[in-house]
Amino acid sequence: MRYRLLTAALAATAALQFAAPATAADLEVIHWWTSKGESAAVSQFAKAFDNDGHGDKWVDSAIALGETARSTVMQRVLGGDPPGAAQFNPGRQYEELISGGKLLDLTDVATAGKWGDVIRPKAIGSACLVDGHWWCVPVNIHSNYWAWYSKPVFEKAGVPEPKSMADFIAAAPKIKAAGFIPFAIGGDGNGWQIQLLFQDMVTEALGIAKRDEMYTKKSAEIAGGPEMKGVFTQLRALKQLTDNGYANRNWNDTTNLVITGKAGLQVMGDWARGEFAAAGMTGVKDFGCMIGLNEDKPVVSTDGDIIVFFKQNNPDVEAAQKRLAALLISPEVQVAFNNAKGSMPVRADVDMSTADPCMQKSLKAVDNPANIVTATNRFITENTNQQLNELVGQYFADDSMTAEDATAKFATIIGNSD
Amino acid sequence: MTAAQITATQPIQNALDQAAAGPYGAKPRHVSAGRIGLYAFLIVAALFFLIPVYIMIVTSLKGMPEIRLGHLFNLPGEPTFQPWLDAWLHACTGRDCNGLSPGFYNSVKITLPSVAISIICASINGYALTFWPYKGANLLFGLLVFGAFVPYQVVIYPLIIGLSSVGLFATLPGIIIVHTIFGMPILTLLFRNFYAALPVELFKAARVDGAGFWRIFFHIMLPMSVPITVVAIILQVTGIWNDFLFGVVFAGRSNWPMTVQLNNIVNTTTGVREYNVNMAATILTAAVPLLIYFISGRWFVRGIAAGAVKG
Amino acid sequence: MQKSWRRRFHLPAVIGTIPMILVAVGVFVIGIGFSVLWSFTSSKLFPTYDFVGLAQYRRLWADSRWLVSVNNIWFFGLMSITCNMVFGYLLAVFMDQRIRQEDLFRSIFLYPFAMSLIVTGLVWQWVLDPNLGLQEALRNLGWSSFSFAPLVDANTAIYALVVAGIWQGSGVTMAILLAGLRGVDEEIWKAAKVDGIPTWRTHLSIVAPMMKGAFATAFVLQCVSVVRVYDLVIAMTGGGPGIATSMPAVYVIQLITVRQNVGQGMAAATMMLLPVLVVLAFSGIVIWRRNRLGGAEA
Repeated sequence: MRYRLLTAALAATAALQFAAPATAADLEVIHWWTSKGESAAVSQFAKAFDNDGHGDKWVDSAIALGETARSTVMQRVLGGDPPGAAQFNPGRQYEELISGGKLLDLTDVATAGKWGDVIRPKAIGSACLVDGHWWCVPVNIHSNYWAWYSKPVFEKAGVPEPKSMADFIAAAPKIKAAGFIPFAIGGDGNGWQIQLLFQDMVTEALGIAKRDEMYTKKSAEIAGGPEMKGVFTQLRALKQLTDNGYANRNWNDTTNLVITGKAGLQVMGDWARGEFAAAGMTGVKDFGCMIGLNEDKPVVSTDGDIIVFFKQNNPDVEAAQKRLAALLISPEVQVAFNNAKGSMPVRADVDMSTADPCMQKSLKAVDNPANIVTATNRFITENTNQQLNELVGQYFADDSMTAEDATAKFATIIGNSD
Repeated sequence: MTAAQITATQPIQNALDQAAAGPYGAKPRHVSAGRIGLYAFLIVAALFFLIPVYIMIVTSLKGMPEIRLGHLFNLPGEPTFQPWLDAWLHACTGRDCNGLSPGFYNSVKITLPSVAISIICASINGYALTFWPYKGANLLFGLLVFGAFVPYQVVIYPLIIGLSSVGLFATLPGIIIVHTIFGMPILTLLFRNFYAALPVELFKAARVDGAGFWRIFFHIMLPMSVPITVVAIILQVTGIWNDFLFGVVFAGRSNWPMTVQLNNIVNTTTGVREYNVNMAATILTAAVPLLIYFISGRWFVRGIAAGAVKG
Repeated sequence: MQKSWRRRFHLPAVIGTIPMILVAVGVFVIGIGFSVLWSFTSSKLFPTYDFVGLAQYRRLWADSRWLVSVNNIWFFGLMSITCNMVFGYLLAVFMDQRIRQEDLFRSIFLYPFAMSLIVTGLVWQWVLDPNLGLQEALRNLGWSSFSFAPLVDANTAIYALVVAGIWQGSGVTMAILLAGLRGVDEEIWKAAKVDGIPTWRTHLSIVAPMMKGAFATAFVLQCVSVVRVYDLVIAMTGGGPGIATSMPAVYVIQLITVRQNVGQGMAAATMMLLPVLVVLAFSGIVIWRRNRLGGAEA
């Protein structure tokens, strides 16, 4: 009996070894996709990699909050124990990893997969294409340029659904008179929600070309110009439309105000859809979405997620890393992941017909290069980003700070940014 | 030796018995206005302390639709224990949806040796500093106390470089060493104050009997250190059990403590938050230190009574 | 002098404290030394040795958030330590009156210490939120003019931090001081009673001075937690509204981890440790002089 068990075990081990070629590898992936919906999405990656026919294994290292996950990755790199792969946001967070030679060059995988041709818009690919080499894989597109509103609130206040921010601000007094909070926002985490709103307004006020010029040329002139003063003035006006509980509210609770019909409208990225869906809402009669801050000028920003791979000095592991890189961008995996995540795929040649009405709006908008807004993170470092968060958060909180002061400070930060 | 031990231990034992016997404050015997005021103060203070845990418990028993309505202080309309089950077994922490339970054993694996080793080191330190101070020993102690004021993140980089150069980065021994290092300043202070409060005669008698450094430590000091050791255990278990920062960096993927899962359940950047599960998960994670408080609460007070009082 | 045994060099004592020597010198001296060194470099994401002189310090002191943090820590520290000590002492005195259910009360006052601030901070936010917490509850009960929203206002948010800090930490202070009280000889109470001294005066002028050690222990623990305050701020306000409740430790940690600006973060850390160093060195010199003059230390 005991003998038989032993042979069975031996046979099983042998079979396992046979099934898995010598090059199979376990890859640890650090990411911050920890909520239920995100977990379902990341499972699509993991499942595809586990079943890639080479016996590879996805070792999942989820660490909540981007900043916590990123600093863990950096500390692991410093300790000489980098993970196989890690999630980042497209931008300048990982430029030092590239210049320090810590990342695996994916150019051969990219050439074989024609990444340069299939990835759209070009702006999302350029996050990974540095000096002619591919250093990461873009996996999805999230747009920060959305406003979400409660249809019942607008109905009860007797105002038509908004087609632009200007519409909304005009209607706001009636919404307030009807007993609702016209504008919902939250100030948690260094005021990133306010900064998101602010960046949306900057793009609307300056137009994409002038905005890009301001960030790339670090133009204090544009940053201190009349359009920017207009943005700060409008921001103060919006502050008056919010409630006094905004200070520490996180974005979920802000969205919840719109869901429960306590507030009229919120400006937030497209991940907010997950909250509406979790509350059982369909987007037909209950909530509406406005693309960009103006339906007539739809814009889509190229925020989202990318995956980097760390050099491991082991050819077997490197081969597995490249297999994963190719897999992440393959059409089937892109559809499965992005449908679960609620984001847009990075390639157009996939079937997204099952997506909801709001997603269809952005899929339509993303095809026109003129609608593409490069993510702010791409231009500025995390240091500058946090300085902007602080300025905007402080201005929003402190009504005694004038729009002139704020514009001047904004110009200083942009002028001195690195 | 034995004679010295008995004679020397006796007064200490008496002191401990006294401390254990209970309070010595003013003792009114009747139900007076002052007595009522006393209880009123304590009950109001207790209510202030209990507000958050009350909200956590009722929230953890509500469904999400009810939580969205906002009535914070209301009792749950339809109590459900599902959030507790989810928190322990099903909540998603990334790809895996197994709740908090997988990290529990890792937390035990990290906490037990870290607590033991850090307390052993600190008790020897306190003993040596009090009875065998060599030249420079107090300077070292000053450096330790200085170290207690440093935010951990500041020394994390040199520590990573140091541990990885000896091959202990991201290993179980690595995380145990880190906890021992950062527990040392406060624990050494605690033990030093404890031993300094002991009568010097005790030590001198043992020296006259010819006992050396280790023998006095193991046969006289250690048996008398039980109360302060309990205090140290409580402080260390709380600190190490709740640690996230060191665990996630220094323990390595396979030894991740429970707090990594707690953090993943509770925090999310752009995902949906389930407050009822968050509350249940927090209470579950705190269960081990809470249990230790309830069991050893009496010892906590006695321990410090014998140590910090005259330090 | 019978103290000659104290002065001798004992090998076992050195061997026994090798871990302490390694930690004090190997971790704190070298670690802090590197931090100071990096504060003179342009390190961003990773520490480098590209020296830039005092540039990081100039940027630091030009940063309004750092200046706010420095102001806050003095105010917060003073408020928090005073309130914690007073409240902790009051609790300890009241607990020491032969009350019923002492174990229960003690556990209630201690439990916040065991809980992760990530979530208890959120619960405090809810309680203090004007639309969700106390204000809403009392208005629903009919007190419609009641207004209570401390976290929203940049001027009051720091008081909310102090309150939450007391909630979290005063249980430990209470336990330490209660233990101190129990160490005071019963004869003293009796004597004071015979002399007709009121209880409160006995506490203030006789008992409290006898509990020097307990107060010192509680005080050092308080100071350490004030200087290092981070979790509390992150959980309660995230440093806001705006930058109103930022603290030095929060500033340092965010520069190192979030803003990826290690050089300036280390400069801030160095500035933070300077006052601590001065105080410790000063008290060290005082003790050393006293030992030299008085000879005895016990």
